[in-house]
Parts: sequence; C-alpha cells; structure tokens
Amino acid sequence: MANPFAIQTSIGSGENDLSVVALEGFVDAHTAPQFEDAIQKAVDSGSVRIVVDCEKLNYISSAGLGVFMSFIEEVRDRGGDIKICGLTPKVKHTFEILGFQDIFEMLDDQQTALRHFSGS
Amino acid sequence: MPSIEQKFTLQVPSSTENLALIREFVTTVGRQAQLEEPEISNLELAVDEACANVIEHAYGHDITKEVVVRAKFDDESLRVSVIDEGLGFDPGNVDQDSVEQLIHNRKSGGLGIRLIKKLMDDVSYEIVPGQKNELHMTKKIRKS
Repeated sequence: MANPFAIQTSIGSGENDLSVVALEGFVDAHTAPQFEDAIQKAVDSGSVRIVVDCEKLNYISSAGLGVFMSFIEEVRDRGGDIKICGLTPKVKHTFEILGFQDIFEMLDDQQTALRHFSGS
Repeated sequence: MPSIEQKFTLQVPSSTENLALIREFVTTVGRQAQLEEPEISNLELAVDEACANVIEHAYGHDITKEVVVRAKFDDESLRVSVIDEGLGFDPGNVDQDSVEQLIHNRKSGGLGIRLIKKLMDDVSYEIVPGQKNELHMTKKIRKS
C-alpha cells in the first residue's frame, strides 16, 4: 500500500547545535511516532534549535501536527525553537486550518530557516 | 431527471497501517464524484482523522476489530460514514481551547475532530450505546 514515509535526521552538537529533521512522504497516525522519536532524540541530546524540513512532505494529519505541539513549549523554554520550512501549498493548508502560522515560524526553505536561527 | 446514488464500502482491520488504504479509497470515490482536487484533499484528511480516532481510541489498537467506511454520492453531495462498534465519544464534547492553550496544557487531543469539522460541510454522529457508532461527514459537490 502506498504510504511512503522517510525521515532523515541530522542532530547538531557543540557550537553547531542546530538539528535538521527532513520529512518525506506521509505523516499520519501510523508514521508520526517515528517523527516524534526523531525530535525526542534531538532534544535529549541537548539540541533545541530544530528545523523541520517539509519540502518532500506530501501529507500530514493531526498526529503529525501533535508532534510539533508537544515539543514546542519545552524547546522554547530551553532557549530553542522549532522552525518549519519547505511546505507545499497543500500541506501548508493543513497547518493553517489550525492556526499554526501564528505559533510557528514557517520559512521557504532550509537555508532560510537555518539563517533565521543563526541570526537569533 | 433524478441522479443515481452510488454506494461504496471498505472494511479493514483496525490498524493505523490501513490508513493509507482508507485514504486511497476515499480519494478514488471523491474523484468519481467529481469533487475538485482541493476538496478531495480535505475529504482525505477528514476521513483519515475519523478512522485514526476509531483505531486509537474506540478500539484501542485492537487489530481484531474492524473499521467500516461507507461512501455514497449523487449529483448534490458525497457522504462518508465511519462506523465502529467500540467506545463511542461525543464530538460535541471536544475541548474548545485554542491551539496555544492546548500547547500550554501539554495536550494535543481533539485536533482530529476539530479538523473534520473545518474540512467538511456537515458532520453528525449517531451513537447506539454498546452497539454501533457512526460518524457521518458530508461534502457538497460544487460543479465548476
């Protein structure tokens, strides 16, 4: 059954503590736990400046949105943030229905998101 | 001339693994009903949310249970019903807190039904305690 999902994580450390989590395919109630694990690993390793790259993300349901919600307060309390980039119009629509644009910074691409962190 | 109503049914084991199959089913029916692509995407997400609720909450990931998805459409509208025999819940009881408040309270529940209500034109629920729960979601067909 077509439910392709892949995740690539680059966890930063030391001076370069930026982490990038790149999502690909479909994030639903079946695959969201893998996304949650990736963010948890970054946070556990002390990296709280996280970019979630959604350039190759085709679909997200509330299970995936819930992952963003469950970590954002902790990472901000620890001086970090989760920035979202590369959303296609279809996926962005899902984020916007629930008003995520008022809570999360959404940027065009990964380079821009990384720049926003280095400027902060 | 009255339009002919067409009906479709999908019955799958209660596992999140089958959400992809459910999405393909409703997407195919949506195309047959000649919904426009953005409306098909909304339908796909709403039905995914409804079925994920059943799999995770009504059936508690019990794969021996089955989720039934019924779809029917005519010229005017497409109605999808998600049917289960698990623990019913009243979507009217869902937390109405803002997303900011949910984050602050470390809660993310209730997002699914909130999405369903925003994505569909009409949502209703029938509960027969201990027997059957049916969530009905309707989308009007707007001819371009």
